[in-house]
Amino acid sequence: MTTTLTINGTDHAVDLPQEVPLLWVLRDEIGLTGTKFGCGVAACGACTVHIDGTAVRACQVALGDVWGPVTTIEGLGTPQAMNAVQRAWAAEQVAQCGYCQSGQIMQAAALLAENPDPDDSDIDDAMQGNLCRCGTYPRIRAAIKSAARMMKEA
Amino acid sequence: MASIGKILRRSFLIGSTAIVGGVAFGAWYVSRPAANPLRPGAGEAALNPFVFIDAQGVTLIAPRAEMGQGVHTTWAALIAEELDVDLADVRVIHGPPAQAYYNSAMIADALPNKGYDISDFQHGIGEMLGVLGKVVGLQVTGGSTSMKDGFVRMREAGAVARETLKQAAADRLGLARGDLRTQSGKVIAPDGTELSYAALAEAAAAIDPVDAPLRDAREWRLLGKPQPRVDMTAKVTGTATFGVDVRLPGMKFAALRINPRLGGAMSGYDDSAARAMPGVERIVDLGDGVAVIGRNTWLAQQAADAIDITWEKAPYPPETEAIFERIAAALDDAPNSALRDDGDVTSPPAGATRITAEYRAPYLAHATMEPMNATARYTGDALEVWCGNQGPTFQQARCADIAGLPKEAVTVHTTLMGGGFGRRLELDYASHATRVAMAMPGVPVQLTWSREEDMRHDFYRPGAMARFSGAIVDGKAVMLDARIAAQSAVFQAMDRVAGLPPAGPDKVLVEGAFNQPYAIPNYRVRGHVCDLKIPVGFWRSVGNSFNGFFHETFMDEMAVAAGADPLAFRLDLMRGEHAPSAGCLKAVAEMSGWTGKTPEGVGRGVALTYSFGTPVAQVIEVADEGGVIRIRRAWIACDMGIALDPAIIEAQMTGGMIYGLSAACFGEITFADGAVEQGNFPDYDALRMHSAPETEVRILQTNAHMGGAGEPGTPPSMPALGNALFDLTGQRARSMPFARQFNLLV
Repeated sequence: MTTTLTINGTDHAVDLPQEVPLLWVLRDEIGLTGTKFGCGVAACGACTVHIDGTAVRACQVALGDVWGPVTTIEGLGTPQAMNAVQRAWAAEQVAQCGYCQSGQIMQAAALLAENPDPDDSDIDDAMQGNLCRCGTYPRIRAAIKSAARMMKEA
Repeated sequence: MASIGKILRRSFLIGSTAIVGGVAFGAWYVSRPAANPLRPGAGEAALNPFVFIDAQGVTLIAPRAEMGQGVHTTWAALIAEELDVDLADVRVIHGPPAQAYYNSAMIADALPNKGYDISDFQHGIGEMLGVLGKVVGLQVTGGSTSMKDGFVRMREAGAVARETLKQAAADRLGLARGDLRTQSGKVIAPDGTELSYAALAEAAAAIDPVDAPLRDAREWRLLGKPQPRVDMTAKVTGTATFGVDVRLPGMKFAALRINPRLGGAMSGYDDSAARAMPGVERIVDLGDGVAVIGRNTWLAQQAADAIDITWEKAPYPPETEAIFERIAAALDDAPNSALRDDGDVTSPPAGATRITAEYRAPYLAHATMEPMNATARYTGDALEVWCGNQGPTFQQARCADIAGLPKEAVTVHTTLMGGGFGRRLELDYASHATRVAMAMPGVPVQLTWSREEDMRHDFYRPGAMARFSGAIVDGKAVMLDARIAAQSAVFQAMDRVAGLPPAGPDKVLVEGAFNQPYAIPNYRVRGHVCDLKIPVGFWRSVGNSFNGFFHETFMDEMAVAAGADPLAFRLDLMRGEHAPSAGCLKAVAEMSGWTGKTPEGVGRGVALTYSFGTPVAQVIEVADEGGVIRIRRAWIACDMGIALDPAIIEAQMTGGMIYGLSAACFGEITFADGAVEQGNFPDYDALRMHSAPETEVRILQTNAHMGGAGEPGTPPSMPALGNALFDLTGQRARSMPFARQFNLLV
C-alpha cells in the first residue's frame, strides 16, 4: 500500500506495510538518517521528531498512524541556516558523541515552542525521557536557557 | 644501550620526519619502514600521514577515532598550532588502518609501575617502548592515551609541514626561508606576496622535509584554550555520519540473533515463518546465530524474531550467584599479582585498631547510545567495511580472515561513533557484518543490533569482589592489605583480538588499587584471576572502575575508624606522596566549602582515584527529599598536567562522572539460565536530566607528566557517592548498584 508522508515540507510516497514505524521509514526508506535509533521502546528519545508540532518517539508511531506533517532534525535547520536551538547547542558546545543530540534538540524545540521561558523544573520534566550516555545534561540545560534568550531577542 | 636523551630525540623524530620521508622510523627500530597509507592522487601532495594538503585546503588524517571525547578537535588544534592554519579551515577525517598510526602511549601505560611516582628516566623508557606499538600494529583509541600520544607527534607534523611549505615558497620566490612567515594557511613574503599552502603543496612534496623546533607553550594561539569542536555543526544538524548512517546505492538492511547464552552453540532453527514475512530477502546461518537480510532494519528484525532457534548451554555457571561464588573462591586462590607489597602487612603493631570489609561490583554493559552495527560489501576478491571502531587494524585483519582475503583486499572505513566506552575495541560487529555480506556478493548490507541484542551480547565490565583489611594507630593508617578477584579482561581480550596467550601479572585487574598515592607504610595489593568464560572487556576506566570503588570506600571506612575527617585523613597520607593528587583534594575541599559537617538531610562524600596518569578528586552531595535521595551537586578537580583544551576536559570530567554515577546507582548485568536478564534501558537505566547533579570542574596543571581525560573522571564517582550515602544514612554502601540498598531518585 502506498502512503504519502509530508516530511520537512516535501511529500514522499512509500510502499510499505502500515505497521512499519516512522523511524525506519525515515532512516532506511527515505534516507533521512539524522533521526536515530536507540532503543525501539520509547525509553531513550533518540528518535524524537515532530508530528504537527508535537514531539513524538518515531520508533512508536506506525506509518499508518502518522497524523500530520513530520519535521525531523534536518527540517529544523541546516548547517548553513541553523535553528535557534541548534545555534544554542553549538554555542554551548553540547555534543560529545552526538548520537542522542538530534532527539534532544527536537525535544527541546518542542518545549520552547510551548514554553518560551522554561525553568529548571520545566526542563527536567520535558527532557527526562531523552537519555545521553555521554552525560551532556548540564550543557543541554544551559543550551535550552540560551536558546530561550535568543528566541526572545529575535 | 643508547643514552636516554638520544632515544627520546629519536622517538620524536619518528613521529615526524620518519613518516614524512618514510625512512627514519624504520631505520632506527623497525626494519621495515611504515608505508604511507594515503596514496595521493594527481594535484595532491601528502606531506606526511597526518596532514593532507590539496586544492581544498588542509585535511588532518586523524588516526584516533572520535567517539565524543573531542580527539579530532584537539588533534586538529595540535597541528594547526604549528602549521599556522585556522582551526575552522582544517578538515578532519578518520585514518585508514595502517601501521604508521600506532599508538605510542598505550604500551608505555602497560609497564608495571604505579605511574604517579615514575622518574623522568622511566617516563623515557615508556616513550621508547611506545614504538613497539608500531611493530604490533597497535592502532587503538583507548586507555585515555590520545593526547599523550599526539601531543608531540602532531605538533611535529605541523611544524615540519610549515617549514617545508616555507622552503617550497622560498625556492619559488628566490628568497631565504628565514625571511618568510606563515599565517592562516599562507606563506607571506616581506613584500607582502602571499602564497597559499594549497598552491605550494605539490612543490613541497618534491623537497626533503624541513625539521623545526616546536614552539614554546607561551606562544600558543589555540592550545590551552577552549576551541569550538570541529564536529559540532554536523552533530547538531543531524548531518554527522555514524556507522548506522552509512547509506550506499542498492543497500540492504539486516538484523541478527545470537545465542543469548554467551559463547553457546546453536543446534538448529526453523525459519519457515520468517521466510514468508514482508521485505525478507535472505536468511543467513551465522553458526552461533541467524541473520535476516531485508528491505529495512525493522522488517528484518521482525523476521529474525520470528525464527524458532534451539540454543545450547552457556559455558559458564548459568546464575549470577553461582558466578559470584566462583569469584569469591578465586580470592582464596594463589594470586596472579602483588604489584604493591610495601613493608609487612602480616603483623600490624600491637594496639592498632583493625578493620576489614568485603566489597562487590556487578557485571556492567557499555550501553552506547548507538547500538552495535557495521556495513559490508563483499565482491569475491575484495571487502569493504564501514563501522565506528576503536582499532581499525584489528578489524581489518579479522574481517580478512573471515572472508578468506589478504589484508590488503579489505578496506575499513571508520565512521564517527555514537559512544565507544571501550565497546568498539571489539571485533564482533564487523565480523558478523562480513559474514552477512558474503551471503549477498556485490550488495552492501548494513547489520544493526537491536538494543536487546546489543545489551545481551556485550563484552562486559567483569563482576569483581575484594577483601580489604587495615590497621590504624593514633588516627593514621599504618596498614592496608587488599585482595581483588575478577575475570581478566586483558587476558581474554589478548586471546580474542590478537590470539596471544595470557602471561604475567595483570596490571589492569588491580589498577586503581595498587597504584594509589597514599603513604601507608605497610601496603599490599594482590590480584586474583577468576577463570570464567563470560565475555569481558574494556569498560570506561577498566579495572579502575571497580578498584576505585573498593579502595576509596575502604579509605573512608578507615577514616571513620580513625575518628578523622575523611578528606583530611586522605590528604594527610597523600601530601608527601604525590603533590598533584593532594592538590586535587585541596581544590575540591575549597570548591565545595568542605567542613566535614553536613546539615540534617544532606550527605557529602569524597574520593580520589589516580588513573591514566591523572588524579581526580570528587565531592558528591546527596539530599533526602521526602524519603527519596537525590544526587544534588558535585565538585571535580583533576590534574593531567598540560590541559590542551579546558572545555573538552571539563566535558569529559563531567561526562565520565555521570557515566560512573549511572553505573553506581542502577547498573547491573545479571544472569539467569545462562542469559543476561537486562535487555533495554528500562532495565538498565542511567542518570537523566532530572537526576544528574549540578557540577563544577576545576582543572589544575601541576602534574609533571601528561595524563588522560576520557576515563579518569569515572572511578572516583562511585565511592564518592557511596561515601555520601554513608554520611547521609549511616549505612555503608559496599555493593553496587546502590539502588538495591537506597531509595534513589529514578
